[in-house]
Amino acid sequence: MSADSGWTRSRWLSWHSLAVFAFLYLPIVTLIVYSFNGTGVGGFPPRDLTLNWYRQLFADGAIWTSVANSIVVALAAMVISLAIGIPAALALDRGHFPGKALFRRLVLLPLILPGIITGLSLLMLFRQVGLRLSLLTIILGHGTALISVATAEVFAGLQKLERAQEEASLDLGANYWQTFWRVTIPNLRLSIIGAALLIFTLSLDEIAVSFFLIGRDNTLPLEIWGRLRRGITPEINAISTIIFLFSLFAIVAWYRLRVAAQGKAEIGTELAEAAATTG
Amino acid sequence: MGTITQSVDAQSAQAKPGSSLLSIREVSKSFGKNLVLRRISLEVAEGEFLTILGESGSGKTTLLRIIAGFENADSGEIVMSGERLDLLPPYRRRVNTVFQNYALFPHLNVRDNIGYGLSVTKLPKSEIASRVEQALAMVKMQTYANSKPAQISGGQQQRVALARALVNRPGLLLLDEPLSALDANLRRQMQVELKSLQHEVGISFVFVTHDQEEAMVMSERIALLRMGDLEQVASPREIYNRPATAYCAQFIGHTNLLRGEVKDGVARCNALSWRTGLRDGLGLFSLRPENIRPAVGAAAQGMVRFRGKIKNQAFHGATELLQVECTDGLLLFVRTSSQGNWRDEMELEFAAADAVPVRESHEAS
Repeated sequence: MSADSGWTRSRWLSWHSLAVFAFLYLPIVTLIVYSFNGTGVGGFPPRDLTLNWYRQLFADGAIWTSVANSIVVALAAMVISLAIGIPAALALDRGHFPGKALFRRLVLLPLILPGIITGLSLLMLFRQVGLRLSLLTIILGHGTALISVATAEVFAGLQKLERAQEEASLDLGANYWQTFWRVTIPNLRLSIIGAALLIFTLSLDEIAVSFFLIGRDNTLPLEIWGRLRRGITPEINAISTIIFLFSLFAIVAWYRLRVAAQGKAEIGTELAEAAATTG
Repeated sequence: MGTITQSVDAQSAQAKPGSSLLSIREVSKSFGKNLVLRRISLEVAEGEFLTILGESGSGKTTLLRIIAGFENADSGEIVMSGERLDLLPPYRRRVNTVFQNYALFPHLNVRDNIGYGLSVTKLPKSEIASRVEQALAMVKMQTYANSKPAQISGGQQQRVALARALVNRPGLLLLDEPLSALDANLRRQMQVELKSLQHEVGISFVFVTHDQEEAMVMSERIALLRMGDLEQVASPREIYNRPATAYCAQFIGHTNLLRGEVKDGVARCNALSWRTGLRDGLGLFSLRPENIRPAVGAAAQGMVRFRGKIKNQAFHGATELLQVECTDGLLLFVRTSSQGNWRDEMELEFAAADAVPVRESHEAS
């Protein structure tokens, strides 16, 4: 009897997980499949499989300009957030200063802060100082919003770093600066590369903050969004498929670096936190 | 003319073997409310192998870290070769450390680990290379020069850590329980290697350990630390034969502590009595188990005889440890050479001079 109910429960569970899985991934699968659909979006089943939409996509200048813009923004945001996030992580790990606990929460706050708030407040700030909206404002927006990602990643790496190594370096005659560059940074290498990858990916498909700060030049997500208003074409599916594959690759690479740097523990929760920024 | 003689004299005084290299003066340290070191004063001689011995929490590692420069003393000063050491940052001190878990740099291979200290100096590249090769040879690690620390064994990591510290030719080498991660056999082997290496390079070693046997085997002098206080600083032989306190006597080796009353130059503990130089009052004595032996023939002068029953017998190879109950119930440990068949009851003796008066160790504060 009890064995029977156990079996029922396990069957229910497997059906349930299958449903969740379908719910999560069916839209993506549909998106990818219809990027090869010869008769355009809609119509079931997909017919006349073709690469035409990809051909059309590669000939589309506006899309590729926006892709280039997005890459510039992502790279610049990566540099800004790492340049500020690494010292912030060091301060959190080593520093003893009043209000440290508060600082720690505040630095990580943008991770859970809705993009609308970040975007709106930055927009008001730029208006105040009279900065014209352009790619630069988006760069500043992404750069500041993603500092928390850089800080969280590098901070996790620092916690794994054996402090005796830095002491050994000082002991052997290297001063604090030399120790930082020759021991601390090389030990954080994987964490920093991982953070850079994650920031790049998050920036690449960021839409909420960008929406408020956009000037004349579109980033890729905003270009897509703009075109959607004129109706969906399979060309959008095609570019989305490419973005999906790229993001998938980047996240897998980040995850593997993360495991190599810190072991598997706690990655799940941080992944969820990171996902909050995109949402 | 006079000045020249003077300077020569000063030089020869400095170079004199056994002269003081490091002098720790009244160093105190507390972490929060916890007093870790209480006015420690200690001299380290040129070329000496000094061990700081103590249980965990005795403050030995803190003292080492203060010498290395990773902690600052709350008060007191440290002088090395006539210069205030405690005012320098760690990277300016002519002191190198072998860390407990070696702290090798995982991203550098063995050769670059050893060359690290030299690479931050302004020495010419060729000299660095030749000194690193020498250091590799010294610890017999040439074949592993290109391996990463994770690819070599614990004993080999230990050697690399040693070479990495010694290649800088420090005035003083600090070793923080460097053998504690090794298994017993390798540990004994490394004790011998370390000792002969120290002899070879002639650099003063300050070695921290909690293992009294290791301290005895390796050191010229032992500084026994207990709860932030120095109990005794002396050669292993002296600490063993003339322990200053009850704690020293018990921590180093095995002993019988006899608590008795002294009156007119005679100490009395239960039925035992012997002559002593102590003043009248309560007295505490350490009597090593091997100083008690079966009595043979007539009692010589200065010997104390008593009868005892064997309660327990433990075989230790070359020796045996017997637990003997005296007629009045006093329990004593007796170490004898192994010969197995003891009668249940026998007559034993010890020399009055072997009952060494020791100070009471003060209780935990």
